Amino acid sequence: MTAGVSVQGVTRAYGPARALDDVSLDIAAGEFVVLLGPSGCGKTTLLNILGGFAEPDSGRVLIGGRDMAGVGPKDRPTTTVFQDYALFPHMTLAENVGFGLRMRGVAGPARAARAAEMLSLVGLDGRGARKPHELSGGQRQRVALARALAVEPEVLLLDEPLGALDLKLRRAMQDELKAIQRRVGTTFVHVTHDQEEAMAIADRIVVMNAGRIEDVGPPRQVYLSPKSLFSAGFMGEINKISLDGTWRPVPGPGVLCIRPEAFGDQGLDLGAGRVTDAAFFGAHVRVHVAPDAAPEVRLVVHLPQGAMPEPGAAITLRATTWGVLQA
Amino acid sequence: MGGKDRVPPSPILSPWRRWEALGPIAGLFWRGSVWLYLAAAYAFIFLPVVVLVVFSFQDGRLPVPPMQGVSLKWYAKVLADRDLMAALAHSALVAGVSSAVSLMLGFLAAHGLARSVLPGSVWLRGLLIAPMTVSSLIIALGLLSLFQQTGVRLSLLTVGVGHVVINLPLCFAICYAAMGDHQKAAERAARDLGASEPRVLWLVSAPMLAPALAAAFFLSVTFSWDEFIIAFLLTRFDVTLPVEIWSMLRSGLSPATNAVGSLVFLVSVVAVVGTEAVRRRA
Repeated sequence: MTAGVSVQGVTRAYGPARALDDVSLDIAAGEFVVLLGPSGCGKTTLLNILGGFAEPDSGRVLIGGRDMAGVGPKDRPTTTVFQDYALFPHMTLAENVGFGLRMRGVAGPARAARAAEMLSLVGLDGRGARKPHELSGGQRQRVALARALAVEPEVLLLDEPLGALDLKLRRAMQDELKAIQRRVGTTFVHVTHDQEEAMAIADRIVVMNAGRIEDVGPPRQVYLSPKSLFSAGFMGEINKISLDGTWRPVPGPGVLCIRPEAFGDQGLDLGAGRVTDAAFFGAHVRVHVAPDAAPEVRLVVHLPQGAMPEPGAAITLRATTWGVLQA
Repeated sequence: MGGKDRVPPSPILSPWRRWEALGPIAGLFWRGSVWLYLAAAYAFIFLPVVVLVVFSFQDGRLPVPPMQGVSLKWYAKVLADRDLMAALAHSALVAGVSSAVSLMLGFLAAHGLARSVLPGSVWLRGLLIAPMTVSSLIIALGLLSLFQQTGVRLSLLTVGVGHVVINLPLCFAICYAAMGDHQKAAERAARDLGASEPRVLWLVSAPMLAPALAAAFFLSVTFSWDEFIIAFLLTRFDVTLPVEIWSMLRSGLSPATNAVGSLVFLVSVVAVVGTEAVRRRA
């Protein structure tokens, strides 16, 4: 089962601070959407409102076309994977995974069968009799995922589910999460502050800042042609050249944005520049360049592995992709 | 002592070090007095109980020195005494039921106050714990006048009510202290998975708090078991064990009272050890 979600003009304030400010968002059934933003941007508040743990001050939320106003978490077609897993320590893995089914009155044997099936989906076959404390962090997260999916929710909410894992494990779990979402077809709404994670798994990324949505789109679009300066900066490193100063490679007003890896042999001509320093980064060489036209500006340029220019070397600056955004 | 690369001793020496610094005999003297002090302190605490237990085995008519031989006859007499055994059963009943009620009320109150943000919740907590500071004599007097005005007849039930009054704050405090974020997160997850409030409490909160709940229960049982003042003022015909012992004492000392006292002490020890065992396992 899967359902779309429609958030319409939702505002939520905590005291004088607006955690969400007139947010509207439509999520299609079966879509994998990632809410991305720094801490305090409102992404978790939005997730809580979807899950029924908080009510909007104004605006409404529809899930599968049904208005969710006044519907508690218990009665919503959503389940949540929490950042701290929130497994039941006194229950076995099978009991944990079967808990939601038990609440829905599913009989013991059917529950056990479903729990075993879900545990195998997340790669924990045959461990149903274990207790949560016997597992590693990554395994606990898998159990939490299995538990939330066992009741076949229409929408699965994931609250920074990989936040407590180390980097390597996180990257591995991302791929798995994506694969599982493809298999079950449930709508996933995933909250994170890690833009690499977002790009790895999302069908669509929703960039949030200060209670508002800054940008929405597929990873490629949000990364390559962001709609706002914030979104451009949050998705990855970017050179921002103000078009209000003396140096205007393109007509203003606004800010010229170029990703470090967008420099190449052709495209927008920025004139020559001088390398101030260079460092080997494995996949690329990271170079700081002072353009001749504006020596006080420092541009970050990624060059291919083989290149290792000396400081002071001259370099031609051409940008294959670039954009002008309003400050 | 006094190697070159030793860290210089701090100017404030512990008494131990100061005595040891004076020489081996002074050091020995210090250690000896420390142990002596410890022994004296424990003797002061436990001597009355030891005397009570020792003379419960007295093969004579008075529980005083000299010891005239060892006998279990007073235990036999006590266990055959119908009034005493009835009082024992009453005590067990009052302790069990009043502790269970205190625990349930305390747990629910703690759960509610730990979970929700209420205006003045600090005051609500303070008010719940306040009866701990009131003497049980005052509580008993208050309940006595209340029961008499409302025409409730004194019975084991009224004692039980009194014991709930003194044990509820204790149970509340223990449960409240045991509730943490871990708990909250698990309850939230249970709700998210479709559990109603009673099922959240029964299937998640209570099992997760089991060690604290057991500790609170056993501690309440211990307090109720040997509580005298409330039991004395709020009973009439059916009395609890401490009240029965008190009336035995009025007819003079006998090794029989020692034997009953030893039995009461034994039950308390079991309850305390049980509490500690459960707490350690958690």
